Amino acid sequence: MESSSAYGNDLNLKATELRLGLPGTTDEETAAPGVRNNKRPLQAEDAGEKCGANGKSEPQNETAPPSKAQIVGWPPVQSYRKNNLQAKKTESEPGLYVKVSMDGAPYLRKIDLRVYKGYPELLQALENMFKFTVGEYSEREGYKGSEYAPTYEDKDGDWMLVGDVPWQMFITSCKRLRIMKGSEARGLGCGV
Amino acid sequence: MNYFPDEVLEHVFDSIASHKDRNSVSLVCKSWYRIERYSRRRVFIGNCYSISPERLIARFPGLKSLTLKGKPHFADFNLVPYDWGGFVYPWIKALAESGIGLEELRLKRMVVSDESLELLSKSFANFKSLVLVSCEGFSADGLAAVAANCRFLRELDLQENEVDDHRGHWLSCFPESCTSLVSLNFACLKGEVNLGALERLVSRSPNLKSLRLNRLVPLDTLQKLLMRAPQLVDLGIGSYVHDPSSEASNKLKHAIQRCKSIVSLSGFLEVAPRCMSAIYPICGNLTTLNLSYAPGLHGNKLTKLIQHCRKLQRLWILDRIGDKGLGVVASTCKELQELRVFPSDPFGAGNDAVTEEGLVLVSAGCPKLNSLLYFCQQMTNAALITVARNCPNFIRFRLCILDPVKPDPVTNQPLDEGFGAIVQSCKRLKRLSLSGLLTDQVFLYIGMYAEQLEMLSIAFAADSDKGMLYVLNGCKKLRKLEIRDCPFGNSALLEDVGKYETMRSLWMSSCEVTLGGCKTVAEKMPSLNVEIINESDQTEFNLDEGQKVDKMYLYRTLVGHRKDAPESVWIL
Repeated sequence: MESSSAYGNDLNLKATELRLGLPGTTDEETAAPGVRNNKRPLQAEDAGEKCGANGKSEPQNETAPPSKAQIVGWPPVQSYRKNNLQAKKTESEPGLYVKVSMDGAPYLRKIDLRVYKGYPELLQALENMFKFTVGEYSEREGYKGSEYAPTYEDKDGDWMLVGDVPWQMFITSCKRLRIMKGSEARGLGCGV
Repeated sequence: MNYFPDEVLEHVFDSIASHKDRNSVSLVCKSWYRIERYSRRRVFIGNCYSISPERLIARFPGLKSLTLKGKPHFADFNLVPYDWGGFVYPWIKALAESGIGLEELRLKRMVVSDESLELLSKSFANFKSLVLVSCEGFSADGLAAVAANCRFLRELDLQENEVDDHRGHWLSCFPESCTSLVSLNFACLKGEVNLGALERLVSRSPNLKSLRLNRLVPLDTLQKLLMRAPQLVDLGIGSYVHDPSSEASNKLKHAIQRCKSIVSLSGFLEVAPRCMSAIYPICGNLTTLNLSYAPGLHGNKLTKLIQHCRKLQRLWILDRIGDKGLGVVASTCKELQELRVFPSDPFGAGNDAVTEEGLVLVSAGCPKLNSLLYFCQQMTNAALITVARNCPNFIRFRLCILDPVKPDPVTNQPLDEGFGAIVQSCKRLKRLSLSGLLTDQVFLYIGMYAEQLEMLSIAFAADSDKGMLYVLNGCKKLRKLEIRDCPFGNSALLEDVGKYETMRSLWMSSCEVTLGGCKTVAEKMPSLNVEIINESDQTEFNLDEGQKVDKMYLYRTLVGHRKDAPESVWIL
């Protein structure tokens, strides 16, 4: 369940990826094995500030202080730990509650999209909540075998069929959900 | 010397558990040596290249439990080539052929192939316990062989290994007749396991005390497992995300509450903070809590959780806890002995990181603290001096300031005085890792005061060879010294080459030692293997003696040069 698996090669999903950190920074700056930093980092940016020390006896190879990303093996965190921590940054975000309406239901519900790992879980939860079945999804024909279709309103205000885009993209662009029923639903899922 | 029959001595020796003591016992006289070696059941080998399997078997024919360590520690940080060595296969092969009744194998930083696991599983009828820590080279197929063939398996403990396990079939390979499991830890595996098989396995393992799941075990399975194993003592939750108001969450809460014996909790590889309240009922019993893979836990939700854990002795946490959170730890966890604070964002701005303040708070509130690993933004001499005064009982003190050469931000001084206070106050200190701006002075203090020091890690420190000399001359009990990016050269290296025979190993990378210096060590000390590791370019093994050596790893050995070194390693 590496985070990288969620990102396709063609959709530039990194642009919509939710991460901690400043925009424009990446977190994959770890120097890979084989990338060596031949330069010895400066002991202190101003050598004169070192009290009581004679300073290094040989000249430095470079004058800029080392950026953390350049030093192989620093900070000394086990690779296993580094690899298994990166994937989890999205969980530190607060909940993403969206309204869910179902045609014919007397009142709406709210769910937290972050609680679900993917579409199967979300659809299962919706089915349980509203007591219906959603049918089988296919890219070509939408949801077959049911008179219901799960849809959502995206950031642009368009009504989209749930399931077409990768999960991460979906949860960041979904403003509300609506479970359409009947002919309206079938019109949306029509493959022609 | 021997007034007792052998059996009596053997009986006495049985009560001596520590390796060191048993080693001492064996040196008393020839008959004690003989009796000790036949009665020895457990052997620990800290460097797998220091001895051969054949000699091990010859000396200890009654061996039941073997612990082996392979790669040097800095391999954890990508400083050692992946193919450096540390293969377990020759050991398993030799043990299998010798008829030794091996029951337990514990490996750390070794290369373990599926072939080795298969051979292991078929060669030792009474095999009971396999513990793999930070190993690699195996897949789910190897695990399947162990599950299928080790009929009396009690322990399968996989800690932080890189495993190729896209197939989850291995768990289904435990036969129905296997009911002996006491400990099962597969938290590091990334593949799905057959959930039904897992539930059945747990149901038929009445002695199961420790269970650590991976991220792909869903909540409802967790709930069922807990219902079937309320006797658990140690639980690792893989994924912990649920809607607290849901039925599933209530069922889980109920299941957790039934587990009154759980004292150790870990995992939370995926977690939603709102769900932690379900854990509160068991927090009061916890002595060990590992939340170091859960960056989602921070702020109030985290501190509320900690406030329930009054009996905590060991806490592993991320620096997102912040200094304030550490203050809560200090006021709640009066029994705390071990604290590890890991960086949640090793290369980032570290907005949530901890500083010297958090450490000072913990040292004031937790007088029993004896083991520390602390990644922080900054540290001051004053804080370290205070910590040294508050906690004189440190056995392990590892401080990592994220900026490797950062001085005391208040005074702009190096941290020599602070670390000096630590070594002077903590007379039982065995392991020390330094960081921050440091001169030769800190090493003078270490040489003077750290009499019990066995392992020292140094990075980006010192001004001259004097630093290394202070340590080599002063620390009589030093066993492992690992140094990177320090200005230590040949005169330090060559001052007392005999010292290295009293140590397990020495690692020096990006220092000033030259090929000529390393060759001199190798010539003078045939009992050492001096390895030069050069990853960048094969042709750089030029013979210029003045050439600085990028990485040198030397270790004492009784069996000479190893035959399995890759091209990037040159043994002098």
